[in-house]
Amino acid sequence: MLPTEPTEASPLLSIHGVSKSFGETEVLRSVDLQVNRGEVLAVIGASGSGKTTLLRCLNGLEVPDAGSVTIAETTVDFSARPSSRELRALRDRSAMVFQNYHLFPHRTVLENIAEGPVVVQRRPRDQVHGEALALLESVGMAHRAGAYPHELSGGQQQRVGILRALALRPELLLFDEPTSALDPELVGDVLALMRDLAAEGWTMVVVTHELQFAREVAQQVAFVDQGRVLEQGVPAEVLRAPREERTRQFVHRLLHPL
Amino acid sequence: MTAIDWDLALESLGPLVGGAIRGTIPLALASFAVGMVLAVAVALMRLYGNRVVKTGARLYVSVVRGTPLLVQLFVVFYGLPSLGLTINPWPSAIIAFSLNVGGYAAEVVRAAILSVPKGQWEAAYMIGMSRRVSLTRVILPQASRVALPPLSNTFISLVKDTSLASLILVTELFREAQQVAAFSQEFMALYVEAAIVYWVVCLALSSGQSALERRLDQYVAH
Repeated sequence: MLPTEPTEASPLLSIHGVSKSFGETEVLRSVDLQVNRGEVLAVIGASGSGKTTLLRCLNGLEVPDAGSVTIAETTVDFSARPSSRELRALRDRSAMVFQNYHLFPHRTVLENIAEGPVVVQRRPRDQVHGEALALLESVGMAHRAGAYPHELSGGQQQRVGILRALALRPELLLFDEPTSALDPELVGDVLALMRDLAAEGWTMVVVTHELQFAREVAQQVAFVDQGRVLEQGVPAEVLRAPREERTRQFVHRLLHPL
Repeated sequence: MTAIDWDLALESLGPLVGGAIRGTIPLALASFAVGMVLAVAVALMRLYGNRVVKTGARLYVSVVRGTPLLVQLFVVFYGLPSLGLTINPWPSAIIAFSLNVGGYAAEVVRAAILSVPKGQWEAAYMIGMSRRVSLTRVILPQASRVALPPLSNTFISLVKDTSLASLILVTELFREAQQVAAFSQEFMALYVEAAIVYWVVCLALSSGQSALERRLDQYVAH
């Protein structure tokens, strides 16, 4: 796997004043955020807090109403509606892993991973297939290269989802609750893979309810509440000694569901 | 009532099957091929066009579905010449049938495209595809499996509807039957025989549909 070069702390991702409404509902209210190269940001928050919308604004799957998003050298200013070309330029910088995997059901595992590199990035098919097989090998799934997604378990599908993202050679990995759709006994494999990626130096933004993952893997945790980043800091602070009452309540509820 | 003239029935099988092979089947295939191109175009216009394009596409579908096929056929073949536009029987039939199929199939194609989960578009965009590439490589292959059963129905209907072309002088299965019947006065035998030939053609198409469905099954989410 090819992580981005870990250099000294410099922001790879920075967003300013990102706002988004759906009709009358304000989902994001002028959010600012920065993630340094090689760091993992865990985004936590209740459902409906706007954390998934925030993530989707980072690659233009949702188009913010205002603000700007910068990934590496690409900046998109959303004060005017961006062209699809601009959105694609932003998208090229990142790759996303979806909660429900969204693998292509009509393509094999190998084809799912190779589709973007071959069709969009126009890299040589043989080389891409070799890389895709190596990726599958690294997660012990090389023997499933010819399988169709519906033949895989949820945990396997999500690992293919992650490999599909890696094969695009993005600078930033985005995870939208990657383990929320999985049976509990399958969560571990996916989280372990993500921890390995973090260790390899990938820059990641992870929307998650897995507090243990956030604590052990993330350098930064952002708590999103009512469309704002209410609190951000190192996991030890935000998760163990939150400044804000609402963060405290949320963390408490997650740790003590009963 | 006289007994069925078996000799005549056997003798006339040749012209009838010939009419199917030289008339009915190529007419249906050509009209369906052109009609499907129209259908996909019209479906995309209805889904993604601007307001004018959408309205035009909707109007087309509405006119095709709201008027009898026989009338459409007559407008093209007998109507247009009075505007100075005379078209031969075969092209007239293909024009009318493909316009007709296009209108019906457009709705099928549109519904099939809409049935593909939104997440598939998002995954396609995520890996960097444009809308056009997403459509051709991700959405349409999956929509095709959804559209196949209703489109097969459309095609089978079309095969039978081509008998209307006999009324604009196209030599196909039914016109052959009419001609033999008129000559021999064996109306019952010839028309039942024609019905059986249509039936056999449609049975063959149905089994082809099942095979195609099984092959396209890999194209849908399970």
